[in-house]
Amino acid sequence: MLEVVVKLALVAAAFAVLPLLVGQIEHKVMAHMQGRLGPMYAGAFHGWAQLVADGVKFVQKEDVVPAAADRRIFKLAPVVALVPYLLVLLVVPVGPRGQVALDLGPGVFFALAVMGVGVIGAIMAGWASANKYSLLGGMRVAAQLMSYELPMVFAASSVAMAAGTLSLPGIVGEWRWYWLPWQAVGGVVFFVAGLAELRRPPFDMPVADSEIIFGPYTEYGGLRFALFILAEYAGIVVLCALTTVLFLGGWKGPFLDAELGWLWTLAKVLVLAFLVIWLRVSYPRLREDQLQRLAWVWLVPLSLAQLALTGVLKVAVG
Amino acid sequence: MQDYFHTYGVVAALAAVGGALVAGGLAANRLLRPSRPTTEKLTTYECGVDPVGEGWAQSYVRYYVFAYLYVVFAVDAVFLFPWATVFSAPGYGMTTLGEMFVFLAFLAVGLAYAGKKGVLSWV
Repeated sequence: MLEVVVKLALVAAAFAVLPLLVGQIEHKVMAHMQGRLGPMYAGAFHGWAQLVADGVKFVQKEDVVPAAADRRIFKLAPVVALVPYLLVLLVVPVGPRGQVALDLGPGVFFALAVMGVGVIGAIMAGWASANKYSLLGGMRVAAQLMSYELPMVFAASSVAMAAGTLSLPGIVGEWRWYWLPWQAVGGVVFFVAGLAELRRPPFDMPVADSEIIFGPYTEYGGLRFALFILAEYAGIVVLCALTTVLFLGGWKGPFLDAELGWLWTLAKVLVLAFLVIWLRVSYPRLREDQLQRLAWVWLVPLSLAQLALTGVLKVAVG
Repeated sequence: MQDYFHTYGVVAALAAVGGALVAGGLAANRLLRPSRPTTEKLTTYECGVDPVGEGWAQSYVRYYVFAYLYVVFAVDAVFLFPWATVFSAPGYGMTTLGEMFVFLAFLAVGLAYAGKKGVLSWV
């Protein structure tokens, strides 16, 4: 019982800290890539406390619900967007020999299913706001869902085939270095599809601030808006963690896997998070139809080819 | 069965923790925030002018064919997961691999047909 409580506390702590860490890294990395300094004052040392200051500000802000909105759904939406990402962290292993909060048998399936629930939050927000921009944004969220979910599921099941198990610690246990080239296509497909799920640039057309004014979040302000933004960064952590566990060998590193496993996991997650930020700085926003095309003409066939490759090699070699 | 409920009991416990975290934040927000609603503040945002009509407008969902396609494919894809865990088990091997190619062929032909019909372009 005590073990379960400690693990739940650790998961909650990781959920509270890692998204803020990624957010702060994004502030600084983006700034330096654009020849700026980024936050410099809050907390004195290179603005490390900027997001804490933001949180203090958000918590004091007025909670405005538009008169035309569907009140209850409007207020509930940020919670639906945020909590699923916490639940996914439950099944992500950080190290060998039971360093996972919950070794769930159908782990991959659970992670993908629960991660999908977060998207419902954005659709709820888009519909409940009773705002034309929000409605457009919500429709775009739904359109995006059609495109990325399928290649993501195919890519993940390719790894499950290679490992012969759905449990995430089991998959990392089976992982060998030659999976990197073997599952490379699936890994790229999974990561790109994940970016689309998180509505991160270059796939941020549902929130497109310069055309539909943050889409589903137009009417939100104060703490509820902050919860949506937190959900975005929690989503980055979850996507990077799942990519690490499924495709990059999780806790396995060049040496000292048993002792430093958690450090390898964390390092891989942060490198991927850096990549997510780098893509945001580098690429312009796609159109919704371009994403649909990318998904159905490239990602789905590529992930099907990956399935075939995985199956043939697994049977031929094994 | 005992294990099964225990496992998902942990999931439910964490969901409760998450709910409590958010509820705590919103409660702090309730204590700290001002509340001065005015009619203007509560209007729907439309770039600063008075909103025209309702926010819930009827619109043409241009991607509904994708939605059909997605549902069909996703239902197929779900069956991959249980299959993936056993397909290379001793005694299966070539049979399951053959089945996999039948499955992939169905999906590929469906996709090619949809592409040929011009469904995979935004209308």
